[in-house]
Amino acid sequence: MKKEIMQGNAAIARGAWEAGVKVAAAYPGTPSSEILRDIAENYPEIYAEWSTNEKVAVEVVSGAAIAGVRAMASMKHVGLNVAADPLMTLSYTGIKGGLMIVVADDPNVHSSQNEQDSRNWARFGKIPMLEPADAQECKDFTKIAFEISEQFDTPVLLRTETRVAHSDSPVVLEDRVESNIVPGLDPKDAPKYVMVPINVRVRRKAVEEKMKKLEEYANTFKYNIMEINDTSVGVISSGVSYLYTKEVFPEWSYLKLGMVWPLPKKMIAEFAKKVKKIVIVEELDPFFETEIKAMGIKIWHGKDVIPNMYELSPEIVEKALKGKKYKEPKIRVKPEDLPRRPPNLCAGCSHRPLFYALKKLGAFVFGDIGCYTLGTAPPLQALHTTICMGAGVGQAHGAMKAIGKDALGKVVAVIGDSTFLHGGVTPLMDVVYNKGNSTTIVLDNRITGMTGHQEHPGTGFTARQEPTNAVDYAELGKALGVKSIRYIDPYNIKETMEIIKEEMNKDEPSLIIYKNAPCMLLRRAKPTERFKHPFYVVDTDKCRGCRMCLEINCPAISWQEGEGTTKDGHKRKGTTYINRDQCVGCEVCVQVCKFDAIVPGTK
Amino acid sequence: MKNSDKTVNIFLSGVGGQGTILASNILAEVFIKAGYDVKKAEVHGMAQRGGDVTTHFRFGKKVYSPLIKYGDVDFLLSFELLEALRYINWVKPEGKIIINKQKIFPPAVNLGQVKYPEDVEKIFKKYFKDNVWVVDGQGIARSLGNVQAANVVLVGAFSNFFPEINPEQFVEAIKSLLAPKLHDLNVKAFYEGRKAL
Ligand SMILES: Cc1ncc(C[n+]2csc(CCOP(=O)(O)OP(=O)(O)O)c2C)c(N)n1
Ligand code: SF4
Ligand code: SF4
Repeated sequence: MKKEIMQGNAAIARGAWEAGVKVAAAYPGTPSSEILRDIAENYPEIYAEWSTNEKVAVEVVSGAAIAGVRAMASMKHVGLNVAADPLMTLSYTGIKGGLMIVVADDPNVHSSQNEQDSRNWARFGKIPMLEPADAQECKDFTKIAFEISEQFDTPVLLRTETRVAHSDSPVVLEDRVESNIVPGLDPKDAPKYVMVPINVRVRRKAVEEKMKKLEEYANTFKYNIMEINDTSVGVISSGVSYLYTKEVFPEWSYLKLGMVWPLPKKMIAEFAKKVKKIVIVEELDPFFETEIKAMGIKIWHGKDVIPNMYELSPEIVEKALKGKKYKEPKIRVKPEDLPRRPPNLCAGCSHRPLFYALKKLGAFVFGDIGCYTLGTAPPLQALHTTICMGAGVGQAHGAMKAIGKDALGKVVAVIGDSTFLHGGVTPLMDVVYNKGNSTTIVLDNRITGMTGHQEHPGTGFTARQEPTNAVDYAELGKALGVKSIRYIDPYNIKETMEIIKEEMNKDEPSLIIYKNAPCMLLRRAKPTERFKHPFYVVDTDKCRGCRMCLEINCPAISWQEGEGTTKDGHKRKGTTYINRDQCVGCEVCVQVCKFDAIVPGTK
Repeated sequence: MKNSDKTVNIFLSGVGGQGTILASNILAEVFIKAGYDVKKAEVHGMAQRGGDVTTHFRFGKKVYSPLIKYGDVDFLLSFELLEALRYINWVKPEGKIIINKQKIFPPAVNLGQVKYPEDVEKIFKKYFKDNVWVVDGQGIARSLGNVQAANVVLVGAFSNFFPEINPEQFVEAIKSLLAPKLHDLNVKAFYEGRKAL
């Protein structure tokens, strides 16, 4: 028996491989991105792709499943919103080869734009959902998901969350078993897959029958586990919430749900009879609670004490259920008194000079999601909206339509390259079609930065690093009908400002694209090669301590207090200092300094 | 419950790029091989460099929660002074603290808006007396020719707290996780760290 310590995401990848999966597709999103990366790196038997977005990923894998192979897609919680359209109807059509979709929630929004509870998609879409608690379960549940999928002719959702996806624990490794379904497409299956009303009505009934059978199955599902100990309290829980509660109240009885939809009603009723008082511990929404209360079962505690937002933890569960008897650990230092360490754009990042330019232009910036969202942080504060991937392009257009010609020169949309391809192309088409006049800047740094540097259709490489076509953003813009298309070198602040100003003032749609501005962490693009000097230093003969260069928030620049004078006699309260180990020589601070005090360093 | 059945809670904290993840991976290999159940939960900022990184690391006979309960940390292993102080309330009164002497300024300190906390070591000593060890990870690693190995120096120092585990097991874990060309340096870093306490 081979045992290995694995991250939850790696265990899902392993489970997919062991289950004989042949096709995997994903769009990156924390905390789900490692699943597809792991498959691409370690399991050549599985075709793996980064899809343009989550909807495409689900469509690709459902095509594979209809063709009779086991297939899976993975995404973060909000990704499922994008993929919801195919998913809601795949619930009707069913599949041929097993189909699993991993959806990774992010309670406490460690890295997301909202905190939705994806269990609601299972109920809404009438799709079974499994929820593992640790890495071993990630692997086991993945494998059984494919069995359930084929047995009940349905897609299956696997819900993880940050503390499952990004936690490591031991996993027992097994071999790959190929599926015995013979792949192939049969035109005679059309009534099952063509969702026109006459067929839909037939499949609609199949959905209800499927859910009824699944509910029966849930009552005997081997990962819905009853642990009867002290029967004074019985906890109904799932996933990490179960682990947290078990940690602090090991003596109680438990019903741990491995399948969170549909619920095993018979089993729940039975459990309720065995214990005196029922406690429901679940993160986010009162999902179990609403259902169990509707069954007429009395609950001692649920969301009356367990928070319905942010994440749970052992102490939160303990405090909620012990009330006044919970002993708060001693506060030695107030953490809120300590300086925070918020995320910041890397030294040399091409987004930094862009946002400095936008700030100087005083533009209202409709933003989007990516590293560039950090342009909203002080002191730059030059990004003013972030809703969902692709939103900014359409929003800028709507705002300009609302305000009219007065908005010319004052509004712009910024969107990353990965985000543009994910959801920004259709709104740009809309701008042109509807005679808009907004300006869209594609912050093309040649990679999906934020989520850990994944390839996308604009990078020229596949998930397995094979060279492939790279989208030409200017040609794409042209095809959509944009007439005014310009490139900018964001590291040239003056020129960047001039171009953006001109384009914002034009009464027609404009598209601006970064030229030669790769992400600092994209090694193959040799991002620092374009810089003339390896690093810069502050010439203390000239620095007047005006703090202008601090306004760009480069992590390499710091303030050093100390009264003094410049060589030509200007009094100052301190100077800035450049950490040469962090500086990459991007020259952004050099352009900001009015006194030529930042000069090339010599080794 | 026997003492060896108890779950041991180790909290690691540092700044992105310091190699805290490698350190926790080494611990995971060692304690799994020693026959324990292990759970490890990582929280790191986003893709950019320089955010804070924390790891909850737990081992024992059977470990449930991936997160350590607030106030229940047995060992705080910190790679940066401020990131140690941030989690001081997490440590049990009898807990042990091993800190790397490095300071990395966060943005608000760089901008001159707030001061980097002074006397971190003293604050820890005030509450934890003799259970505080400060290691010059960078200094030791630099003397070996590469500051990058500071994380493994810390692991070496930390290994002293587990006398039941043969140091060779740590060396084996280090070798299994690093490319062969890095073995010499890091094995040395481990043993130098082990001598540092
Ligand atoms: C629907 C949806 N899918 C995925 C994500 C996760 N996500 C956040 S930003 C981002 C991509 C950012 O890449 P890019 O647009 O190239 O900008 P960069 O970070 O490189 O500046 C992704 C995939 C999300 N927030 N929403
Ligand atoms: S990872 Fe790339 S895009 Fe993100 S902040 Fe760093 S340089 Fe900029
Ligand atoms: S040149 Fe200036 S802005 Fe660029 S990395 Fe160095 S210190 Fe930062």
